[in-house]
Amino acid sequence: MRRDLLPTDAVAAGGTPEAADTGAGTSGAIGDDPGAGRQRLRFYQVGSFAVGNRLADPSQRTVQSDATRSNSLDSGHRACQGCGEALGARYALDAAMRAAGGQLVAVNATGCLEVFSTPYPETSWRIAWLHSLFANAPAVATGVAAAMRVKGRSDVRVVAQAGDGGTVDIGFGCLSGMFERNDDVLFICYDNEAYMNTGVQRSGATPSAARTATTEAIGPDPGAPFGQGKDLPRLAMAHGIPYVATATVADLHDLEDKIERATLMRGARYVHVLVPCPLGWGTASADTIAVARLATQTGLFPVYEAKNGSVTSVSKIRRVQPVEAYLGMQKRFAHLFGTPGRPDIVARIQAIADDSIARFGLLDSHAGEPAERGAR
Amino acid sequence: MERPFAITLDVGSSRANHTGSWRVERPVYLDYLPPCNDACPAGENTQRWLYLAESGSYEAAWRALVEDNPFPATMGRVCFHPCETACNRVKVDEAVGINAVERFLGDVALDKGWELPRPGSAADGPARPGTASGRRVLVVGAGPGGLSAAYHLARRGHQVVVADANAEAGGMMRYGIPAYRLPREVLAAEIDRLRPLGVELQLGHVVRDLAAERRDGAYDAVYLGVGAQLARRTDIPAGDSGRVLDALSLLRAAGDGSIELGRRVAVYGGGDTAMDVARTARRLGATDPVIVYRRTRDVMPAHDEELDGAIAEGITVRWLSTIDRFEGGKLVLERMTLGPDNKPVPTGELEELEADTLVLALGESADLSLVEGLDGVQVHDGSVLVDASMMTGAAGIFAGGDVIAGSRTVTDAIGHGKAAARGIDAVLGGEVRAPATRHELASFERLNTWYYDDAPRTIRPELDRIRRQSSFDEVFGSLDETNALFEARRCLSCGNCFECDNCYGVCPDNAVIKLDGAQLDGPPQRRYVVDYDFCKGCGICAAECPCGAIEMIPELI
Repeated sequence: MRRDLLPTDAVAAGGTPEAADTGAGTSGAIGDDPGAGRQRLRFYQVGSFAVGNRLADPSQRTVQSDATRSNSLDSGHRACQGCGEALGARYALDAAMRAAGGQLVAVNATGCLEVFSTPYPETSWRIAWLHSLFANAPAVATGVAAAMRVKGRSDVRVVAQAGDGGTVDIGFGCLSGMFERNDDVLFICYDNEAYMNTGVQRSGATPSAARTATTEAIGPDPGAPFGQGKDLPRLAMAHGIPYVATATVADLHDLEDKIERATLMRGARYVHVLVPCPLGWGTASADTIAVARLATQTGLFPVYEAKNGSVTSVSKIRRVQPVEAYLGMQKRFAHLFGTPGRPDIVARIQAIADDSIARFGLLDSHAGEPAERGAR
Repeated sequence: MERPFAITLDVGSSRANHTGSWRVERPVYLDYLPPCNDACPAGENTQRWLYLAESGSYEAAWRALVEDNPFPATMGRVCFHPCETACNRVKVDEAVGINAVERFLGDVALDKGWELPRPGSAADGPARPGTASGRRVLVVGAGPGGLSAAYHLARRGHQVVVADANAEAGGMMRYGIPAYRLPREVLAAEIDRLRPLGVELQLGHVVRDLAAERRDGAYDAVYLGVGAQLARRTDIPAGDSGRVLDALSLLRAAGDGSIELGRRVAVYGGGDTAMDVARTARRLGATDPVIVYRRTRDVMPAHDEELDGAIAEGITVRWLSTIDRFEGGKLVLERMTLGPDNKPVPTGELEELEADTLVLALGESADLSLVEGLDGVQVHDGSVLVDASMMTGAAGIFAGGDVIAGSRTVTDAIGHGKAAARGIDAVLGGEVRAPATRHELASFERLNTWYYDDAPRTIRPELDRIRRQSSFDEVFGSLDETNALFEARRCLSCGNCFECDNCYGVCPDNAVIKLDGAQLDGPPQRRYVVDYDFCKGCGICAAECPCGAIEMIPELI
C-alpha cells in the first residue's frame, strides 16, 4: 500500500490499512521490485499474483485468502456459472468490510447483482444491504451517509453499487449529482458491458462491434456502433472527485488495495470493476478471469487510479497481447473472425487499444519480457 | 412469529438453495508426478524437499531428502541433475537450481551435525528398531551404490557389512571424481555419518570368491556393487618414448600426488572421464592439454557443463580425430568424417600433435571374476543381468551400479542401491510392498504460468580461471542461505497443491473451503475441499490453479 499516495483527508474510519508499507521487509521475504508499482510482495513462488501465499506474513495476505473472510455475498446465490460480477462483488465488499472494521452499509441498484442475490425471501448478503431503484442508488446512498452523520456514526462507511446499466445510463444523473456534492459514498460499478439479466441489451458501456440483443451482428457495421458509449471512469475524473480507480477480477491484490484505500477516504469515490459475463460475452465459464486478464493485457481496459481528477498510477501491462487474443475467445465478437471475417474492424479495435496504451502509458520496456523483470 | 404487513415468509439465507445441482462437471484435487521426481535416478521426492526448504525448514527438507539419498552434499556437487533438464520452469525462464539447493541442504546438515535416521526407521519399511531382523547382508564395494544399499538396509533393521578393496570408502566418488568437483572432506563426512547406523566398513578387504565369502560370513544376502574398474584399451602402436596411461590410474594417482605427466598431455575419449582427466592434467601442470575425440560435439557423451568447464580452463579439443600411432613425442592423428548413424569414417588424412603423455579415457568395464562360476548369475556383454528388484539369477544375490547395464552415474548407483535394499528386504522376509503406482506426469500444459513471479535463476559463484588451472580447489561455490531460499522458491510445484489460495479466492460461489489447519478428529488439515452443495462446476478454480492440481471430471448422471 502506497501511503504516500493517500491524500491528507484519508481518515481511518475503523480498522487501519495493513502495515504493508514494509513490502518485503519481513523475514523470509526476498527482494523488492520498485518498478512493480502496487505489487507488494516479491515472494516466490507466486509473488503477488495468486490469491494467497503461505510464505507471506499474515498481515500482508489478501482478504480473500483469509479462511475467516466475511463472504459478504454468500453461497446459494443464483448467478450463472463462472459469474464475474458475483466474484467481483465479494472481492470488493469483503475488502471494504475489512477496511471498515465490519461497519458497512451497502446500497444496491437494480440489476443482475440484486436479482441473483435476493430472490424473496432469501438473501445472499451477510452485510447491511438495501435495494434501491434502478436509477437512484447514488441518491439513496447519499441519504444513508447523511443519516449516519446525523446519528454521529462516523465509523460507518457507505457503499453504493450497481452494474454498468445502473451506473453509466439509468443512474448517471444521480451519480453525477453525488459526485458534484462530494457526498461521502464509495460507488462501485461492476461493469459487464451490457444489460445482462434482461437478456443482453446494449448499454453505454458496451464496446464497439460487440453483438448484443439490440446490436445484432448484421450489415456493414455489425454489433455496437463505433463512436458511441461512455468512458465512465474518465467522466468521474472530470468531476474532480477525490478518488477514481479501475480494476478487474483478474488482479485481486490491486482490486483489494483500491477498495481498501477508497473505503478509508472521505468524500465521493468511484471504483469501476471489469467483471466478465460468460453468458453475455459468450465465453466459457472457466475463462472469466482469463478474459478479464486479457482485457488488461491488450490495453483495452486500462487499470489505473486518479486523485482529484488526475491519473496518479497505472498498472503496467506484464505480457502484452494483440486484441485478437481477447476478442477471439468471446462469441459476441465471433462475426469479426473466420472467413472472410472483418480484419478492418479488428484493426479499428487494435487502434483503440493502442490509443489506450499510449494515453495511460501502459507499457514499459519490460513488458512482454517477464524474465527480464525483477533482477535480484 | 409476527410479521410486517404483506410479508408472508420468514427471511432466509440463500444457503437453502443448493446450486450444486446445476453442475455437470466437478473439480477434484489430484496430485501429479512432478517431472523432477520422475527424472531422478535416485528416486528423490525433489518437489517435497524443495517445498519444505521454501519455508526455511531446512532440517525437515534435508530429512525428506535423505529418505531416499544419504549423500546430499555429495550429490549436490557431482549429480548431473536430470531433474533440472526435466524441470518445467525451463519453459518459463530457466530451470530451478535444484542441484545447488541440494548441496546447500547437504552442507547445512554437515555443518549442524544432523544425523541420519536411526536403524529400523524406514518410512516405507517395517518398524524394526535396531538390527532386530537378525539378518546379515554383505555389500561388496563401498561406492555410491553399495553405501546406498547399506544405508537403506540398515534402516530396515538388517546388519550390514561393507567390504571394499580400497583403503578408503567412496569408490568412484573417492578415486574417480576429481577433488575440484568433490572435496574429499565432504565425501568423508557424509560416509562417516553412516557408521552410527551400525554399518560396518571392512576396508582393504578384497572379495575374490563371493560364494565362499557368503558362506563363511553367514550372510543371508549379498549386494554386488564393485563398479567398473578395468580401463578399456585400444590398440595404439607406441614407440619407446610414448607414455600411455589410462584415465582411472591417472585420476587415482592425482589424488595422492604421485604422478608426473609432462607438459604436453593428450587425452583420448569424449566422455565425462576424458573431461575430468584433461582438467586434472591442467591442474597438475600440463600447459595445454588436448582432448582427441573421433566425433563431433553434438554426439559427444560428455555433459555440456563439463566440456564448457574444460574449455574455460584452456583445454582444446581436436574434433573428428582418431589416434593412428604415438611415437617420439608425437601423436599421429587421422581425420575422420561423420558417416550415417553418426559413425566416424576415416579419411586417410594424417596430422601430427606433439605430446609427452597420452591418457586413454575410453570407458571402463566391470571386473566380474568374483561371480564366475556362481550358479544362476548371468552376464551379458560385460554386465550382470538383474530383475526389477535388482536380483541376479542367483537367489539372494543382488547387483547394481556400473556392474549392470544402463546409465553409469553416481545418482543411478544410489537409486540402484535403494531399489536393491527394498528387494533384499522382501527376500529376507520383510513385507513385500508393491511400488506405489506412479501418478500421471505433471506436464507443462497443466500450469497457469501467469501466477508465477518472474525470477531468474541464481548463478552459483565460480572459482576464477587462474586458480582453476593451478589448484584442486572446488570450482563451484555454494549458495548462501538467502539465495538458496530464493532458488527453492522458484519451484513451480508442478501438479501438487502448494496452498496459494487461488481456488479458494476465485470461486464465485464460495464453494471452496480452506481447511487452514482445521482439526476434524485427526491431525490438522491443510489444503482445500470443494463444497459440492454449492459448486456450480464453472471450472474457474481449475483454470486458475497455477500448478494444475485441479481436474474437472464429468458428473455421472
